[in-house]
Amino acid sequence: MKELILLVIGAALVNNVVLSRFLGLCPFLGVSKKVETSTGMGAAVIFVITLSSAASSIIYSFILVPLKLEYLQTIVFILVIAALVQFVEMVLKKQIPSLYEALGVFLPLITTNCAVLGVALDNVAKGHGFIQSLLYGIGTASGFAIAIVLLAGVREKIENSDIPYTLQGMPIVLITAGLMAIAFFGFAGLI
Amino acid sequence: MEKYTERLYNGIVKENPTFRLMLGMCPTLAVTTSLINGFGMGASTLAVLAFSNLLISALRNVIPDRVRIPAFIVIVASLVTVVDLLMKGFVPSLYAALGIYIPLIVVNCIILGRAESYASKNTPGLSFMDGLGMGMGFTIALSCIGAVRELLGAGSVLGHQIIPDDYHISIFVLAPGAFFVLSLLTALQNKLKFPSATNVKKDDESTGCGCGCAGCSVGCTDTADSK
Repeated sequence: MKELILLVIGAALVNNVVLSRFLGLCPFLGVSKKVETSTGMGAAVIFVITLSSAASSIIYSFILVPLKLEYLQTIVFILVIAALVQFVEMVLKKQIPSLYEALGVFLPLITTNCAVLGVALDNVAKGHGFIQSLLYGIGTASGFAIAIVLLAGVREKIENSDIPYTLQGMPIVLITAGLMAIAFFGFAGLI
Repeated sequence: MEKYTERLYNGIVKENPTFRLMLGMCPTLAVTTSLINGFGMGASTLAVLAFSNLLISALRNVIPDRVRIPAFIVIVASLVTVVDLLMKGFVPSLYAALGIYIPLIVVNCIILGRAESYASKNTPGLSFMDGLGMGMGFTIALSCIGAVRELLGAGSVLGHQIIPDDYHISIFVLAPGAFFVLSLLTALQNKLKFPSATNVKKDDESTGCGCGCAGCSVGCTDTADSK
């Protein structure tokens, strides 16, 4: 039990997916202008990564391993993720329109979020079982959500500050992200 | 012949994927801790990009328009698997250093971006050269960033010690250093008013590729091509 909790905390804070492993950087920098939208993005990512890490774990251990097709993992995972995102989108639209309204715009963008494929591949590389894969997925995705919401909060403040022309736009955001990455080093002592 | 060399120039200088289009940022930041890692990542992306462009362009009249994106992804993923296995067999040390970022070439924006905006509309020869050019541009950019980070952070170039131990700024080989180097780079582009996807614009679209890789690859390269 203790190991599982440490797995989640480690994935969420210590080895934060964006700030120390640089996965999912495009949405991190792109959709972090407002806290509201970034919360939506974070929620959608948690939703998709949890589902996809469970699905890819099942497919890997029950289909690819028995058939000795492990080398096909990259192709299979990317197709599973793409299909899953499409499927989730359709189900949400039909069944839970309110959730679809909230997450809808972000869902298609997530297919090519490196973090989703990254988690699936990581689970295989680290030899995680089903429960571990699921928790690792939840932890990683929460780490992404935490990072993007924090960055959005800082960026809302930056909007009102007087920034030298040279640093306007992307440079100041990247410096902010760098400082956040330093701050996240502080979590290294947690486990 | 000129058409072919023009594609190389276009990829390396005019539409450099890293410095101009700002695509494929994940590997750019993650693996550029040293010159050799940056170069290795660039070279493997180059191989995938050139051959995916060639194959997609050769198959462009066969692939139905509605399923083209999944078809492109399958082609790219197969090539990435080939590169992955080759690297595992022939350069195990580099493979260990790059780790999970090799299979993640599949979701690199540049590859799908070029497939969608160039290879699906042009002849195989031209597309192959376009992939080569883009790949070289990416390799050169990653090698430069890797060299800067290695020099500042570890005081060495290609493993040769240049700066004595006391003067290392080791933050540059760690994760935050990647953000700082990239922010300096984009700030420089702002200052010198280089044409780049991240420069400050009036309509406040300052994050050129700001909508997840899928949207960004298509959107960005399209706007860049139409200029």
